[in-house]
Amino acid sequence: MGLTEQQIERYSRHIILEQIGGTGQEKLLSSKVLIVGAGGLGAPAALYLAAAGVGAIGIVDADKVDLTNLQRQVIHHTKDIGTDKVASAADKIKAINPDVEVKTYKCWAKADNILEIIRGYDFVIDGTDNFPAKFLVNDACYFEKVPFSHAGILKFDGQLMTVLPGGTTCYRCIFNSPPPAGAVPSCSQAGVLGVLAGVIGSLQATEAIKYLLGIENLLTDTLLTYNALKMEFRKVPLSRNPDCPLCGNTPTILELKDEQQQVCNLRNCKC
Amino acid sequence: MKIFVNGKETDLNNSLTVIELLVEQKVKMPEMVSVELNGQVLRRSDFEKNVLKDGDKVEFLYFMGGGNGIN
Repeated sequence: MGLTEQQIERYSRHIILEQIGGTGQEKLLSSKVLIVGAGGLGAPAALYLAAAGVGAIGIVDADKVDLTNLQRQVIHHTKDIGTDKVASAADKIKAINPDVEVKTYKCWAKADNILEIIRGYDFVIDGTDNFPAKFLVNDACYFEKVPFSHAGILKFDGQLMTVLPGGTTCYRCIFNSPPPAGAVPSCSQAGVLGVLAGVIGSLQATEAIKYLLGIENLLTDTLLTYNALKMEFRKVPLSRNPDCPLCGNTPTILELKDEQQQVCNLRNCKC
Repeated sequence: MKIFVNGKETDLNNSLTVIELLVEQKVKMPEMVSVELNGQVLRRSDFEKNVLKDGDKVEFLYFMGGGNGIN
C-alpha cells in the first residue's frame, strides 16, 4: 500500500521522524485500535489516533452525551447533547480525518460481547469509568491476547499502564478484584479535573502509536502516576504477580465473567 | 528507621506492620489501595503480618476509575 500525495502532505510531520517515516505511517494506516468508552479518556485518545491516521478505530459506548460530560469529554460538543456518544465521536473522527474507518458499538462492554468486539483489533484503549469494566477489559484482552493501555483518573490524580497480556504485569496482578462497594467514593464526594483526562488519554494514545510502530519502550511492568496539583509524574516499577488470579501460577479465572457492578447510593446520580 | 513510601523518605519511630503504616499515613480508604513492598504486590491478608524493616520501599497503588469520578 503506497501513500497518496495528500497523505504524504497530511502526515509529513510524522514521515520526517526517523522512527516513523513512510513505512511507519503506512503501518498506522493499516492498524486497528479499539477504544472502550467514549468519555474523558477515550475522547482525546480517539482524536489523536484519528489525526495520526490509525486506519480503523472502534468505539464502544452505550451512553448519550450529557451536559456534565462536556467539561472533559472534548470529542463531544454542545450541539451533541442527547445524541449517542459513539455517533458523536464517529462524526468528529471522520471530520478530522476521512482516512479513518470508524466502527461503532452502541452497547456496554460485557462478558457476553466483549471478546467478539475485541477480536481483530491490534490494541485496546481502556477508557472505561468503572471497576467492573476495567477488570473486564483486562481479562478479555488477556484471553484474546490483545495488548492494551489501562488508565484511571480521579480528582487531580491519574494512572497509566500498558499490558502485553501473558507477558507483562496485568491489572489483576496489582488489583486482585474490584474494591468493596462501601469503599467507593460517592458521586458527590469525587470529581475530576477535566484536563487530567486529556493528559492521561493522550498518553494512552501515545502508547498505542508506539506499540503499533514497534518503537521504543512501552510503559509495561510500570505504573505511571500523575498528580496535577504537584505536577509530579512517578514511575512505579511492577512485576508479574505469581498470585494473580488471571495470569499467575495457579489462575482461578479461567473464563470471562462480569464483576459485580458497584451501586451508587445517591438517587438520580448519573452513573 | 527510614523507609520509602511512594518514593518519599519517611522516618518511623516504631516498627509498624503494613496495616499500621496505612493508618499512620492517614490512608482514608485502605480498601482502595494495593500495597507493593520492595517490588512485590502483597496479599491483603499479609498487611497485618508484614513488619516493615529499615530501607523498605513501600508503594501505595490506588484504585482509580474514570472520568465520571464516581468510582
